[in-house]
Amino acid sequence: MSVIFLLILFSLLLAFVFLYAFIWSVRDGQYDDEYTPSVRILFDDEATQQEPASSGQDLNQSNS
Amino acid sequence: METTTTVKVNCYHCGDECRNLPLRFNDKEFCCEGCRLVYEVLQENNLCSYYRFNEKPGISPEQKVEGRFGYLDDASVKKKLVVFDDGKFATVNFYIPKMHCSSCIWLLENLQRINAGVVRSRVNFLNREVNLVFRQDLLSLRQLVELLSMIGYEPVIRLDDLDDRKKAKKDHSVSYKIGIAGFAFGNIMLFSFPEYFSLSDATDPGFKGVFSYINFFLSLPVFFYCSAQFFTSAVRSVNQKFLNIDVPIALGILVMFVRSTYEIFSGTGPGYMDTMAGLVFFMLLGRWFQDKTYKTLSFDRDYKSFFPVSVMVRRQASELAIPLSELRIGDRMLIRSEEIIPADAVLIQGDAFIDYSFVTGESLPVRKANGELLYAGGRQQGGLLEMEVVKEVSQSYLTQLWNNDRYIKKHDDGVFQLLVNRISHYFTFVIVAVAVIALFYWAATGDFPRGWNAFTAVLIIACPCALAISSPFTLGNILRIFGRNRFYLRGYAVIEKLAKVDTVVFDKTGTLTQNERSQISYSGRDLQRKELSMIRSLVSQSTHPLSRMLMAHLDGTAQLGVSGFAEYPGKGIEGHVENTIVRVGSAAFVNAQGFQSNAVDTVVFVALGNEVAGKFSIANSYRTGVRQLANRLRTKGYRTVVLTGDTSGEETSLRSLLGIEAELRFQQSPGDKLAAIQEFQEAGSNVLMVGDGLNDAGALKQSDVGISVSDDINNFSPACDGILDSASFSSLSAILDTATASRRIIIGSFVIALVYNLIGCWFAVQGTLSPVIAAVLMPLSTVTIISFTTGMSNLAAFKSANSL
Repeated sequence: MSVIFLLILFSLLLAFVFLYAFIWSVRDGQYDDEYTPSVRILFDDEATQQEPASSGQDLNQSNS
Repeated sequence: METTTTVKVNCYHCGDECRNLPLRFNDKEFCCEGCRLVYEVLQENNLCSYYRFNEKPGISPEQKVEGRFGYLDDASVKKKLVVFDDGKFATVNFYIPKMHCSSCIWLLENLQRINAGVVRSRVNFLNREVNLVFRQDLLSLRQLVELLSMIGYEPVIRLDDLDDRKKAKKDHSVSYKIGIAGFAFGNIMLFSFPEYFSLSDATDPGFKGVFSYINFFLSLPVFFYCSAQFFTSAVRSVNQKFLNIDVPIALGILVMFVRSTYEIFSGTGPGYMDTMAGLVFFMLLGRWFQDKTYKTLSFDRDYKSFFPVSVMVRRQASELAIPLSELRIGDRMLIRSEEIIPADAVLIQGDAFIDYSFVTGESLPVRKANGELLYAGGRQQGGLLEMEVVKEVSQSYLTQLWNNDRYIKKHDDGVFQLLVNRISHYFTFVIVAVAVIALFYWAATGDFPRGWNAFTAVLIIACPCALAISSPFTLGNILRIFGRNRFYLRGYAVIEKLAKVDTVVFDKTGTLTQNERSQISYSGRDLQRKELSMIRSLVSQSTHPLSRMLMAHLDGTAQLGVSGFAEYPGKGIEGHVENTIVRVGSAAFVNAQGFQSNAVDTVVFVALGNEVAGKFSIANSYRTGVRQLANRLRTKGYRTVVLTGDTSGEETSLRSLLGIEAELRFQQSPGDKLAAIQEFQEAGSNVLMVGDGLNDAGALKQSDVGISVSDDINNFSPACDGILDSASFSSLSAILDTATASRRIIIGSFVIALVYNLIGCWFAVQGTLSPVIAAVLMPLSTVTIISFTTGMSNLAAFKSANSL
């Protein structure tokens, strides 16, 4: 049964890794702005090159 | 008189209705040259996706004024604004309240496509901030700000930005504490499992000791780091001789830690480390929930926030922008249209038409002649003004008004009025008494260890975690619900004060009425242009507000000579223009019969010669829903009062809106309003003041709860307890209902928490409180409270919103 002590050691180690990951992410500022990244990810890099057909309204004719 | 336009055209860029002839460009309509220019810039740089994410997302840029940002070239100003500067690159953060949608984010983050000097830009939308890195050899700070202003996103640079640049870095300690406490809580519980299921004896007794020691080490950071704030708060509260909720909490944590440590190291038991870590974790969550108020809204801005950073000054025939703090008596300053006069000054030249609504609440601009003294705080509506400073900024009338001691609101008193703290004050005594009685009872029976056990167990189980989180979760949730309805409060303590309100005081101008210029319509026979000039010439002689309104309405007609002018107060004015007697005034004054008039509008009749030509109706643009709001407040038993700086001219219309019970007080100066609030309070009323503008600042601060109504919540918030978006004005009674309900919810959750405490105490006084019971009771009570409070407050908000 003494193998369980080794397992506990590993499990604690793993838990500390996750705690460190959490602290690192907080320090890195990942929780400072919870809104903007969710919008940013939807922007295309080359949004002006392609013309995805938007519903009905032709708002892109200015690009021609 | 042409008053209506046939077709409404909305600007492609900003979406505003094009009032004049729309500008056409690329088959699109624009309301002004500014909007068209922005479109052109975006189009040239291939940035028209801006218009794709949202329809008409743009902001009409301010009229570009050369040299407005000249002060940004000043090295000392620049140094204060720039966060990082290595000679080549510089980083700066700007506050841009005008950003409002995803298109704004997109455009601001693609600035480098307009100007190569921008290296990187990152938007924090919630804070309305943009972080910009730019190359100084290609772009100066001033040019960067000019670029932003040109596309409509003028950053707001305030005086106080320059005052304290060392803004506190974002404090992450709460997140760390929650993370560590949660980590410890989970792991300690896992290591306590053998104990929970009494496995330790059956399997290997060696586990018990090892697990206990691991638990001890895991709990060290919880006790010394995470719970430190409860101890400091408890010590502070004991020093102030008022036991707040943190006292029994700190006591409980301390006893738990000491007893568990003793048990672990003496090998007598597993201790209560799991309960302690869980308790700290849940309470930190509660604090975090409570602190998550609207940080982007600043409630403590002073007059400085509304003044510009710099002012144009004429020195030795050259114009230069200097920081406001360098403005000296005798300086010639230049004020442009829509700018606020920052210091008391004498008008030297220019067409002064000053809007003092910021200071006095009077919405009509007043015309000032050369040589007159203009007070700081007025906003110029006409052209360029040149004036000589007679008092420094810090000495001006407005600044004095603001710094008046009476206007300083005492904020710290709120803590002691909080229900939870009043209860906890007695709670602590009761708990200690119960613990001591249990100790003595068992000691008397000779079972001293058991007595000691009971004593500590009572303090542990009574640790009022559930009690402590009921208030932040209820009020925090209500705060969030209010926020969704565009009502923002300074803090959660305000809700409890709102619940006690019995008198609602309104300001009129800007609160009950809209700030926009009043609508004037004419009915009667058609008037010639000549006749309009005659009327305007007559009313220009009078200083009466209605005359001023008519004059502004008839602007653009010729000024003719007036002779024999006479003003009859309360009736009207008359005078000879071009040999015709012109009379303007009430129906009786001009002998007008047979003209219908409704009660709400103010009506001015016009007679030319002996003939009554018609009437001008000046619609009081009361906010929609004022009548319904007044009705609801009346049926709920609130006393309604209106304090206004205006004359009693609109008494009838106000009465018809608010009902006969409403108390109306006219011609109230800011000082009178404050005195009136004091008078109500001395009579035992809890007063809610709803106002706007600086002229109400005194009353807003004096009242128990001061709410400022604003069209732009980011724009203006004098020291008040809450900001209500003007669009939500009519939901004020629902807000009051919800606040009242929140009080009942908190009391209900206190009862639940006390029941859990009683159950725990039952075991504790007998000295039979096992760690398992503690470990089950604590999270169970916490979860019950959280679900009860959030569920009930959502229900209450839903009900009061539906009762509208």
